[in-house]
Order: sequence, then structure tokens, then C-alpha cells
Amino acid sequence: MPDGAMTKTAMLEIADLHGFYGESHVLHGVSLEVRQGEVVTLLGRNGAGKTSTMRAIMGIMGKRTGSIRFQGTELIGMAQHKIPRLGIGYVPEERGIFSSLSVDENLTLPPVVKDGGMTVPQIYDLFPNLKGRGSTQGTRLSGGEQQMLAIARILRTGANLILLDEPTEGLAPVIIEQIGVAVRALKQRGFTIVLVEQNFRFAATIADRHYVMEEGHVVDMIPNDQLHANMDKLHTYLGV
Amino acid sequence: MVSLLGIPPQVLFGQLLLGLINGSFYALLSLGLAVIFGMLNVINFAHGALYMVGAFVAWLLLTYAGVGYWGALVVAPLVVGLLGIALEKSMLSRLYKLDHLYGLLLTFGLALILEGAFRHQYGVSGQPYPIPDALKGGQNLGFMFLPNYRAWVVVASLTICFGTWFAIERTKLGAYLRAATENPTLVQAFGINVPVMVSLTYGFGVALAGLAGVLAAPIYQVSPLMGSNLIIIVFAVVVIGGMGSILGAIVTGLGLGLLEGLTKVFYPEASNIVVFVVMAIVLLIKPAGLFGRER
Repeated sequence: MPDGAMTKTAMLEIADLHGFYGESHVLHGVSLEVRQGEVVTLLGRNGAGKTSTMRAIMGIMGKRTGSIRFQGTELIGMAQHKIPRLGIGYVPEERGIFSSLSVDENLTLPPVVKDGGMTVPQIYDLFPNLKGRGSTQGTRLSGGEQQMLAIARILRTGANLILLDEPTEGLAPVIIEQIGVAVRALKQRGFTIVLVEQNFRFAATIADRHYVMEEGHVVDMIPNDQLHANMDKLHTYLGV
Repeated sequence: MVSLLGIPPQVLFGQLLLGLINGSFYALLSLGLAVIFGMLNVINFAHGALYMVGAFVAWLLLTYAGVGYWGALVVAPLVVGLLGIALEKSMLSRLYKLDHLYGLLLTFGLALILEGAFRHQYGVSGQPYPIPDALKGGQNLGFMFLPNYRAWVVVASLTICFGTWFAIERTKLGAYLRAATENPTLVQAFGINVPVMVSLTYGFGVALAGLAGVLAAPIYQVSPLMGSNLIIIVFAVVVIGGMGSILGAIVTGLGLGLLEGLTKVFYPEASNIVVFVVMAIVLLIKPAGLFGRER
């Protein structure tokens, strides 16, 4: 599998990425690549720069240097609202469900940017919990349902690269399992996924490769099938 | 007809109508302020001055270009809206990262400049603006005389207010607006050009003020100070309704206009302060306003 994946072209290539929030330098030369159809995780302790890497890809960061190429297009210097229009969907850590919008309005808010997005009935098949909740206020859903909605609204847009920031954070095991089923289904459908995860047992069930981050840069890459052989190393990295 | 509580019905209904007219202007102006505050977090002190500019554009169009009331009703809000977009793009947009106070000070300064410029050019005595022919005269309702133009102002402002409410609360465009009010960064990360949306929102909010100015021109005179006379009450309305609440602005605007009218009938001495008394009471009991959400 890793050999097969190697021959595929890189969809997202990040090289020597530095990122700043005002005066504070948070990313120190991140380099990684994600190939078409892969699920890649960013692992690391709190503050290692995982969320910042995602925000840098989306342009939600004061200053970025280095290179972020998506399907050959350079994202650094691009207007913030144009980045998602290339086909990148972002599911933020805080989920970002709008309280002044109903579930339906939340679901249909992100504009369709490309052909080939999922239809609303297909989305309901993937997340049956959201069905029939259309007129409910977005933030009245449970935490797990809000996470599903945050993922669901991106699937409509036709984005083919999805950035998922800690989708399992704070959720009950049974809900985490449902999210896992959904993410695997998305992979089957051909979505490329970058996943930030603290819960690496969850990550191990869906990812092809893992990038380990420390102090604002990537320190290691572990293919999922070599995860067991590298357990000791990983424990040291994550401090668990 | 018998009198009510010793008040002749003509007086009572006359004052209620006047209250409803004033309330219509309060509602239109505070609606614009609420839309702007919700999206930009700016307390737009220039709102009264832009209302005045709207009235002056109507007067200038009539005096120098022969364009009448109905034309002005379309052109003046457009002019004021474009002026607003220019002000937002060139100045206000630079202040969003700073404290709210800076936006307030900037717009306060803009209001002084606009009022000063018109005062320099046209003096403080008002310019009369005629009622359009189609709306002259009135209806005798039996218990009172209802001038057509005043009825039109009430109907027009109510229509615009509820149209705006509907557009914001019930349409897709409104959903973008509500979402961007809550979390502009995320809306931008979905591929929407939020800075353009912010400019258009400001333009729309002040265009409402311009429109109110045209509606007001035949009732009050067109004067450089007409905005500053009104804006203090409108701010009280916004505070009572709850900063940023659309429905709150509309309902409170109309309600306070009527309350003012009633006060004029029953205790005229208090009619100038009743709005501020209500504001003080509301702030004590519900600091976020009647329709506002606590932050």
C-alpha cells in the first residue's frame, strides 16, 4: 500500500513553512506532503503546531513564509477567501457551528466550490443523526452531532481535500466510533484527508501515514503499517 | 365621539399618529445601526449625518436637477450607500482590529465634518421640501384626519423594516450575514469574501438612513442639523432594543415613538425625557437590552 501510494502525485506539498501570529513565531519550517486519496494525521503534543499548520493552509494566520502548494497552486500570498475555492474544506477544532443559524442553514452555508460534492440525502446516509433536525438551532445539537454537522457541511461543497482538526475531541467512545466510520467512508469515496488527532488509537484505525510534530516542525513520519514497530518512539514523542 | 379619560379622541389619535411617524424613523434608523453594529462592531455615529445627507440629496436633486420625490427615493439611498462604502473602504476598515471606541470616534468626527460642510453651504435654517402630488391631501377617518403622506411614511417604513428583517432572518444572503457576524474568520474559510460583505453591509445600513432622510424631507424641513436632533434618541432606542438586534430595533423604535406620543397627551412635560427614562430602567433591569443577548 505505501508503495502504491508513493507513485501517486502529491496533492498538498508544504515546504519550509514558517508561521507567525503577530510577534510570536509558531511554525518553524514545517515540511510534509499529502498524496491524492490519502488520510494523513498530524500527531504531537499540545502546542506542537498541528492546528497552526491547518490554519496556515487556510490562510488564517498573520504571516506565512515558505511554500504551501495545493495541486500545484501556491497558497501563500493568495487571498484568504480564494483558498477554499480551490477545493479545500476546513473543519475547525472548535467546530464552528453557528448559533444564529438552523441546522439546515449551517449545512448549506459553505458555497459549492466544485462539481462532485455529496448531495444532502447522501450526507444524511452518512450521518443519520442529522436527519430531521433541519430546523433545530445549530448549537442545540449535542457535541457529537455538531461535529458531524461541521464535517457534513464541507462534503456538499465539492472540496476534495478535507482538513479535520481533532474531530474526536471531547466525544464519547460510541460517537468517536461513528465519526471513524464516516471518515473511512469518505476515504472510500476518494477524499484526501489531513487529520489532527491527539487520540492516536483512533488515528491508527484510519490513517495511511502519521507526521509527528514538535515545536513547530515535523520531526518524524511513520507509515501506519509500521506504527507498532515504532510504538516506543511514538510514546516518547507524545509523552504518553 | 366621547372623550377618553378626559382627552378628546382627536388629540389622542393625532398624537398617536405623530408618535407612529416618529417611531417609523426611529425604527428605520436604529435598524441600520443594528445591522452595522452586528456585522462591523462599529457604533456608527455618522448615521444621523448620513440621514441628513439623504434628505439633502433629495432637495438638491429637486432644486438643481428637477428630479422629484420618487426619483430621489431611489437615487438618494444609492448616493448615501456609495458614500458609506467609500468611507468604510478608505477609513473604517482600518480600525476593526482596534477597540470599538476608535470606530465611534471616527464616525463621530465624520458626522461633525458632514454637518459642518452642509451648515457652511446652506446655513441652519431649513429648506422646505414639497409633498409629492400623488400623496397630497388626506382621509377623514371619522375620529381623526389622516394626511396621506404620513400614512405613506408609516407603511413604507414598516414595509422596509420587515423586508429587511425577512432578508436577514429568512434568506440565504441573511444566513451569510448572520454567520459572518458570529464568526467572520470561519465564513472566510468557506470561501466567502467577508471584507466585501462588510462594506456592502455598511453601505446598506447607511442607505437605510439615506432613505429615511428622503421620507423625512417633506415632514421635517431639510436642515443640516436634522440628523443630530434625532440620533441621540435613536441611540437610546438601540440600547433599549439591544445592540445588534434587528427585531429589537424595529419593535423598540415603533414602541418608543408611540410611548412618546402618549406621553405628550397625558403628561406633556415628560415627553422629551420619557425615552431616556425607559432606557435607564431597561439598563438597570436588562443591561443587554430587551431583545439583546448577554455576551
